[in-house]
Amino acid sequence: MKFHQRLTKSIITSILFVLFVLFSNNILAEDGKALFMKNCASCHAIDKEITGPALRDVESRWMGKRNNLHTWIKNTGSYLKNSGDKYALDLYDRYKAKGAMNVFEGVLDDKQIDLILDYIKTAPLPGAGGGKDSNPIDNKESDNSLLFGILTLILAVIAFTLMQVNSNLKKLSDDKEGIPAAEPIAFWKNRTYIAFGIIILIIIGGYLTAKGAIGLGRNKGYVPSQPIFYSHKVHAGVNQVNCLYCHGGAQDGKHANIPSVNVCMNCHLTINEYKGKEKLYTEEGNEVDGTSQIKKLYEYANYTPGQKEPWDATKAKSIPWTKIHNLPDHVYFNHSQHVVAGKQQCQTCHGEITKMDEVKQFADLSMGWCINCHRETKVQFKENGYYSIYQKYHDELKNGKMDSTKGVTVEKIGGTECQKCHY
Amino acid sequence: MSKHWQSFGELNNTEAYQKSLQNEFKEDLPFEMDGTLLDAQTPRRDFLKYLGFTTAAAAIAASCEVPVKKSIPFANRPEDIVPGVANYYATTYVNGGEAVSIVAKVRDGRPIKIEGNDLSTITRGGTSARVQASVLDLYDGARLRFPTIGGKEVTFDAIDKELSTAIAGSVVILSSTVNSPSSLEVIKQFLAKYPNSKHVQYDAISYSGILAANKICYGKQVLPSYKFDTAKAIVSIGADFLGTWISPIEYARQYAKGKKLSAKNPEMSRHIAFETVASLTGSNADERFLHRPSETGAVVLGLLNAINGTAPNITDKKLAAGIEKAAKALKAANGEALVVCGSNDVNVQVVVNAINEAIGANGKTIDFATANNTSVSLDTDFATLLDSKVDTLIVVDSNPVYTWGDSAKVKNWLKGIATTVSFGAKADETSSLCKYQIPSHHYLESWGDAEIVTDHYSFLQPTINPLFKTRQWQDSLLKWTGSAIDYVGTLKASWSAKLGGENAWDKILQEGIWSTVATTATASVFASTGVETAKTALAAMPISKGVELQLYQKISIGAGEGASNPWLMEMPDPVTRATWDNYLIVSPSKAKTLLNIDLNNNGQSDSYEVVVKKKVVEITVGNKKAKLPVLIIPGTHPETVGIAVGYGRTAKIGKTVNGNEEKPVGENAFQFATLANGAVSFSVADVKLSLTSELYPVALTQTHNIYNTDQGNRTEVMKELTLAELKHNPNEVLEERMEELKPYTGLTEKEIEELEKEGKTEEFFDKFRHNGSIYKAYDKPGIKWGMSIDLNACNGCGACVVACTAENNVSVVGKSEVLRFHDMQWLRIDRYYSGNDLDNPSVVFQPLMCQHCDNAPCENVCPVAATNHSSEGLNQMTYNRCIGTRYCANNCPYKVRRFNWADYTGSDSFSGNQDEMNDTVLYMNEDLTRMVLNPDVTVRARGVIEKCSFCVQRLQEGKLKAKKASRPLETGGESKSWDLKVACQQSCPTEAIVFGNVNDSKSAVSAHRENNANRLFYSLEQLHVMPNVSYMAKVRNIEEEKTEHKA
Repeated sequence: MKFHQRLTKSIITSILFVLFVLFSNNILAEDGKALFMKNCASCHAIDKEITGPALRDVESRWMGKRNNLHTWIKNTGSYLKNSGDKYALDLYDRYKAKGAMNVFEGVLDDKQIDLILDYIKTAPLPGAGGGKDSNPIDNKESDNSLLFGILTLILAVIAFTLMQVNSNLKKLSDDKEGIPAAEPIAFWKNRTYIAFGIIILIIIGGYLTAKGAIGLGRNKGYVPSQPIFYSHKVHAGVNQVNCLYCHGGAQDGKHANIPSVNVCMNCHLTINEYKGKEKLYTEEGNEVDGTSQIKKLYEYANYTPGQKEPWDATKAKSIPWTKIHNLPDHVYFNHSQHVVAGKQQCQTCHGEITKMDEVKQFADLSMGWCINCHRETKVQFKENGYYSIYQKYHDELKNGKMDSTKGVTVEKIGGTECQKCHY
Repeated sequence: MSKHWQSFGELNNTEAYQKSLQNEFKEDLPFEMDGTLLDAQTPRRDFLKYLGFTTAAAAIAASCEVPVKKSIPFANRPEDIVPGVANYYATTYVNGGEAVSIVAKVRDGRPIKIEGNDLSTITRGGTSARVQASVLDLYDGARLRFPTIGGKEVTFDAIDKELSTAIAGSVVILSSTVNSPSSLEVIKQFLAKYPNSKHVQYDAISYSGILAANKICYGKQVLPSYKFDTAKAIVSIGADFLGTWISPIEYARQYAKGKKLSAKNPEMSRHIAFETVASLTGSNADERFLHRPSETGAVVLGLLNAINGTAPNITDKKLAAGIEKAAKALKAANGEALVVCGSNDVNVQVVVNAINEAIGANGKTIDFATANNTSVSLDTDFATLLDSKVDTLIVVDSNPVYTWGDSAKVKNWLKGIATTVSFGAKADETSSLCKYQIPSHHYLESWGDAEIVTDHYSFLQPTINPLFKTRQWQDSLLKWTGSAIDYVGTLKASWSAKLGGENAWDKILQEGIWSTVATTATASVFASTGVETAKTALAAMPISKGVELQLYQKISIGAGEGASNPWLMEMPDPVTRATWDNYLIVSPSKAKTLLNIDLNNNGQSDSYEVVVKKKVVEITVGNKKAKLPVLIIPGTHPETVGIAVGYGRTAKIGKTVNGNEEKPVGENAFQFATLANGAVSFSVADVKLSLTSELYPVALTQTHNIYNTDQGNRTEVMKELTLAELKHNPNEVLEERMEELKPYTGLTEKEIEELEKEGKTEEFFDKFRHNGSIYKAYDKPGIKWGMSIDLNACNGCGACVVACTAENNVSVVGKSEVLRFHDMQWLRIDRYYSGNDLDNPSVVFQPLMCQHCDNAPCENVCPVAATNHSSEGLNQMTYNRCIGTRYCANNCPYKVRRFNWADYTGSDSFSGNQDEMNDTVLYMNEDLTRMVLNPDVTVRARGVIEKCSFCVQRLQEGKLKAKKASRPLETGGESKSWDLKVACQQSCPTEAIVFGNVNDSKSAVSAHRENNANRLFYSLEQLHVMPNVSYMAKVRNIEEEKTEHKA
């Protein structure tokens, strides 16, 4: 049976190797995307001009000079002063009305900027890849696994053939040496093959079960339809309403909170029809009339536009929104911890909310996702007086023992320990 | 140091005790095993069946669709409510005349936790077990939900209409002590409207004797304010002032102040207790002497004589010596002394007043200018009322059918009254006999005020909308008076006028307290005329020869208020360590004659302690009988037995009173109380005890979580010494610690000697820290949490136990489960005895919770890393990872881990996990009761281990507060405020528990350890588990050094 052992071993090794390559690629791509989302996405899109220019083909516009790009991204002001790059000056003039670009010195290092640029390069064109909400990384993964599946299949066929050849040869040599041959067994009755088949079935079944189990309760991409078609794109994107205006709880406590009707009515007492240029679409692509949605709000608020007496907030009814982001009960998550103490942008976890007509769950909200962020994200170590007690880290940063570009991450101060979120 | 023991088995090192040390889990495993494991009745096929079932169940669960959840915001959000952020409202716990200033934590509209109000000059943020548990009463399913006439639901309008004619003739408002000025005003208005009416106050626990005596001696019928903190010598005669007497939270704080000492100032007060049955106060005393209840007069008289220089006329030599000792101590204190007595006999109290005059207490430790309003009622008032003709009776917060000795008489009297109105919140013994039931609000739903002591007011404001159709009783009275404004209106108007405007009233309401009390005591003029008569009366008092019965209050149950509260019923009594039950307390000597149990006989002490079923005794007094199981409690006079009042209540006030049985737990001991000399007497002479053949299980927790120590004397667990010893050698505790740790330092004898000579103890402990283990020490770069407990301040009252239960959603398991060792409390208070006199040993209490060891032995045995260590020094427990092997509990040297044997909280998906549970536990799972749960703490499911988390949810909240303010964390100490206090620390009336960041050298916990470095020790330190809870050794203020010293 030695032969079988060797074969299995080599198959497993090759599977592991391919998996490893696949997986490590993913990490890199995820990194670039995450960094982009965290640092750039609030002002830049890839294919669309928002606050800043669209970033598709940015490198070719910069003549492929990544070094210049590095300095530019880190600090646009000092680059303009020092280089006198005409393209950069033009760019600055064109966008200066919308405000200068943030300084990323000390926030992003060259390696991270490269990751972002790599991501921009590989980011799929809008509408590419069939389904309109398909994720580029998911696509890549499925392509690879198809390739990989075919490879495995071919290898398996080769192995099977070789084994047949081997047994035939053995039979021949046995015949020659006069060893009486055992009754030939058909391969579907052969115990080795049956065992082999069962093992493969168990592996596939196990993989699917584990995958299904891990995915339990995860709803990345969840877009329920809501009682009122409320467009974040119109409110937070086009009209630039601050997130915290409605979700003020995010800076006070654990829940960001959905605004009550009286908050809606603060503005909608005067705004009673939708006149925006952007057309509103549901996830399925149906167009929605904004004004009719405002009317729905008035029904909940118990308000008739133009009524003489002032609106009575106490007569309003609650709007039964459908909850999108659900965490299990045994997880403690505090918004204010992240927004106030951690100075995180809403977009980090909720995605480009300013572009969503209907809100879609952006992250899978899995523990791995949380932990990864805690491993990479730096705390406000120097800015926040709370951390002054971490004398050891301050010393290490000073004497260079600690990598200052990596800095003091959430993990360093215990942010990946069980009882930070589970109690 | 001397031997400390928890149980009689441990004292004698009996076979059963030895055996119990071997077994980790005392109950049998839930397998039916015959012989060997292979022949077990849970064979492979069953295993496969279960495996198949779980797989199928998981697969079904997995294939289910994720349910759609709604997220419904307010329609119109109130400005001060942010969902998910708790609000705190200052209000007042009121129970009859007892009032405690508190702060209610309200989360999303539900009060879920009671904290003490730090602004109160009386309690300084302290609470008691009953105050802590009172929030659960709000969500009690047995509360009356609507007004009724003759048991039929009616509207308030209908009842008001009917009563407008029904209230007639001679009208009596019967209430417990009302200490609320505004309520008294309401009653006054009502009495004015009905000319033939009066207000009678009656308290179940009466202080008539003191009130009458003070009237005689000082012309003031009041309870004075006692100042235990300024007393250097305290003598208590049957007054359980740390547990249940008048104002225990206030006294406990004062008492602890006098008991706290530091290395720099090793002085403390001296307390000598005389008592009849073991009480919390006697257990904490420096010395305790036992006497019969009928001897109280002789003891008081003897003490007065001894102070005046004549020998006490007492035959019991020990007692006589004790009186001499007490007199000596009182005189030596030079005016800073105090004598308190719990007797309800006016003559006794007059002589006590005379003693206090003789020792100069009046105006120093006793303040008559500031009256304590806990009780103002005279028993004779109610006794007279019972004999008079009444047409309309309105009962406010009073339950005489249950609490009056002659219950039948009360019932008869009630029957003769045409109109009976009850404002009772529940259908208790009295209100269920009333025709009109108009349930009043719970105090957390009420408005009000309370004058706790003269000129010190505490206010009530609603923390939740009324849950049921209830109406505050003051509103009902105002309505019947025909007042145009309601109670809130009158309250607001009168206080705004008094304080000067509505803004001032708002501010006072926010703080909850308004006080203009002077801090210094003023003396009152003493009239000695009554003393001689009292002395003669006492001298003539017969001393009984037979067995006597003493009725007492339990700290958790009180006069019966706690009997329907599952948290209080499951809280182990500090003295007896029993849960859920009512029993007869006897002394070890009595046990010999009555039960035939000789505790010095190993076999007999084992059979008493190991068998949960205790012998039942019938108690007969005249024609009154009660049958109760017997517990042997040292510290009880040999010829005296004790029964707690508050049991044997009607099941109408909640399933909890039934405990585990069909009928209510225990017997109503109030039936033995008699009216003597114008006051209710809680002791009875000439009691007949007869042993029955019955047995009754009592759930004692004393022996549940025991652990062995090397020396067998528990000196590594509990260190106690006398003040004389401490003064003689301030480093005694330190030296003993070093002796214990010596073998693990890697140092030679010579090196240690040198270190000792040079006084380098720090280096010694450093060597122990690094050489004592194969594990390396980990950095705690930012915060390191630590706790320090002063055993001199802790009196074992149990407020922390209930506070912990409330804060951390600790489940109630019921009596049957406690009997099976399945109790769940994260924090237990171990009771230790020491000394040679088995009838009267010394007692020490030690609160024990997870010690959050740096080298936690539980962590490295967990196969799934469900318990591990945080960089802040917490021993973390992750419920979702736990698979329930219980290896950790097995390896825990302190036995502080608890296992969820069943689904006590109803959090599982499979209802079958609750099959074995009784009503009282299921009651905690009702939707109404579950409203009390803390939403920040996971409700644990079946099959996981849990334990003290150092209130990690509070730590996280406190840290976040500091982070948002961009400043370092503050945990007390010099001129610093508190970002957080853990639940046990917050509830503690004596501030015995200090918690905080030990990496911060200026925090309160660091200061506590530094100031008491010579008393500091860690339990089981030599194991090198490096616990993070330190204890300060108990110091007893007795003159002698203990003879067993270093034996």
